Amino acid sequence: MRYFVRRIGFLLFTAWAALTINFILPHMMPGNPAQVMLAKFQGRLSPQALSALTEAFGLNMDKSLFMQYIDYWKRIFTGDFGISLTYYPSRVIDVLAESVPWTIGLVGCATIIAFTLGTLLGIFSAWRRNSALADALVPVALFFNSIPYFWLSLLFLYLFAYYLGWFPLAGGYNIYTMATGFALLPSIIHHGVLPLSTIVITALGGWMLTMRNNMISVRADDYVAFAHAKGLPDREIKYRYAARNAILPSITGFSMSLGFVIGGSLLTEVVFSYPGLGYILYQAVTSLDYPLMQAIFLFISLGVLIANFFTDMIYALLDPRVRDGGV
Amino acid sequence: MRKLSFILSNKKAVVGGCVLLFLVLVAIFAPVIAPYGPNETRFFPSLPPSREHLLGTTSLGQDIFSQVVWGTRLTLTVGLVTGSICAFISTTIGLVAGYFGGWVDEVLSLITNVFLVLPGLPLMIIIAAYITVQSVVPIIVVISITGWAWGARVLRSQMLTLKSRDYVKAAIVAGEPPLRIIFVEILPNMLGLIVANFFGAALYAVLSEAGLEFLGLGNVNAVTWGTILYWAQNNQAMLLGQAQWMVVPGLLIAILGMSFALLNFAVDEMTNPRLRR
Repeated sequence: MRYFVRRIGFLLFTAWAALTINFILPHMMPGNPAQVMLAKFQGRLSPQALSALTEAFGLNMDKSLFMQYIDYWKRIFTGDFGISLTYYPSRVIDVLAESVPWTIGLVGCATIIAFTLGTLLGIFSAWRRNSALADALVPVALFFNSIPYFWLSLLFLYLFAYYLGWFPLAGGYNIYTMATGFALLPSIIHHGVLPLSTIVITALGGWMLTMRNNMISVRADDYVAFAHAKGLPDREIKYRYAARNAILPSITGFSMSLGFVIGGSLLTEVVFSYPGLGYILYQAVTSLDYPLMQAIFLFISLGVLIANFFTDMIYALLDPRVRDGGV
Repeated sequence: MRKLSFILSNKKAVVGGCVLLFLVLVAIFAPVIAPYGPNETRFFPSLPPSREHLLGTTSLGQDIFSQVVWGTRLTLTVGLVTGSICAFISTTIGLVAGYFGGWVDEVLSLITNVFLVLPGLPLMIIIAAYITVQSVVPIIVVISITGWAWGARVLRSQMLTLKSRDYVKAAIVAGEPPLRIIFVEILPNMLGLIVANFFGAALYAVLSEAGLEFLGLGNVNAVTWGTILYWAQNNQAMLLGQAQWMVVPGLLIAILGMSFALLNFAVDEMTNPRLRR
């Protein structure tokens, strides 16, 4: 119970920190970027939209920084993130609502596949250590782990979509069909294969290496030696004794890698013009759409924080020592 | 001497070290190796690879091979400098938190954990979008801010196991000041971990730098492998049949990243007796 309360406390604190950073950043930057943005959109936006922007970015000099901060929180709780400039006159919240499911689907599927495959490969390469194939996996994994996501995406896009024509060049689904709902699924999968595989390929290595090192450590433990001495079948020791314990540190590593995978998938989305948060963020950044940028960062941070919270809960479920506050 | 042969017996360390050394030499001797200046635009645009232009020319008529060679300098500098800054921050915070414990540890660990879970690249993109970048310095700062937390956490837990050793107790009894105990007595005993952490951070830095520059958030007029990729993409290099313009810089980033990753992994193997064969 104490663990649960601590995790909740941490979740709230990090959420507060992320939101506050999000508020302070534009105020801290030299040369007031919001002023530049306003100058750029002068005459192109309605006067109401301009005054809303002035308000949102603290250019209204009548208000103290603290009052602006209070207003910022009010706006968050009412879901009022203002009007997007890139997708004018859409509301930021509507733009987000359209793109969030794409990113969650892409990153979610990619993470599950990469975690499962990587962990299995890690178990294999630790168990068959000193055999040529298992040892060759290590440098290969290190190499794939060092490939820039966006570069692999570009190569795949060119080779499989442009040159061979197996997959579509851009987008998340076929926009020319009348199909809706589940009838769209084949088209969505067809569009998702390339972005998904680039993320899986570059994320796989990290999981494999973590699992391999954990397995090697666990293998040297007495209870594994004892299981061998008892004459249990190799397979049973591998999965039911060693892997079960070795997977725990992998789950802790989740927090670190999730942020990394999201970062990578943002770039992948840009290359494939995939209609998720990354692509929208890129549009927002290139056209100085600060309201949209702020809201996207807010949603990505909250998403990562909540995913982390659930990882911690799963960890506690798997490891009673954590749950009872022993470690 | 024995230490050297110990390092040389690890194949990953040798390969990683040689690749890094080679790239450092290329960076140092860039003016000698590159046939032309990186920004000379006097050639015919979009030439295919030939003897005069090993990797062809850009749409603006720059020699791609010379750009790649010159780009080694800034790319390596950003990687190594950022890696050092990250290693410095994580060592200081990790060791101080682990040694003092109590409320110092609570506060520092909380800060570390917050930075650990905040998504790095989106934060970098946002910050880089607010500041109009004129040099590589903001890129280094931005990557350092988001990249130190993992190392701090690892070093803190190592500190927790080391601080109960007898030699530390002896130093406390001898009346040495705490900071001296941390940085003179204990730190040399975790150099391996700090070095591994440095290479890990350098890998993170090189990949993040490439990502930011590819999005056009760096200084697009500086010559690095990331900005070469940015220009290649913006000029549709792949569709114009200039695949080498895109493939070579990206491959080099992956190779540099792998040399950091190999060194990180090798140092880990050498200092963790269980991973040794």
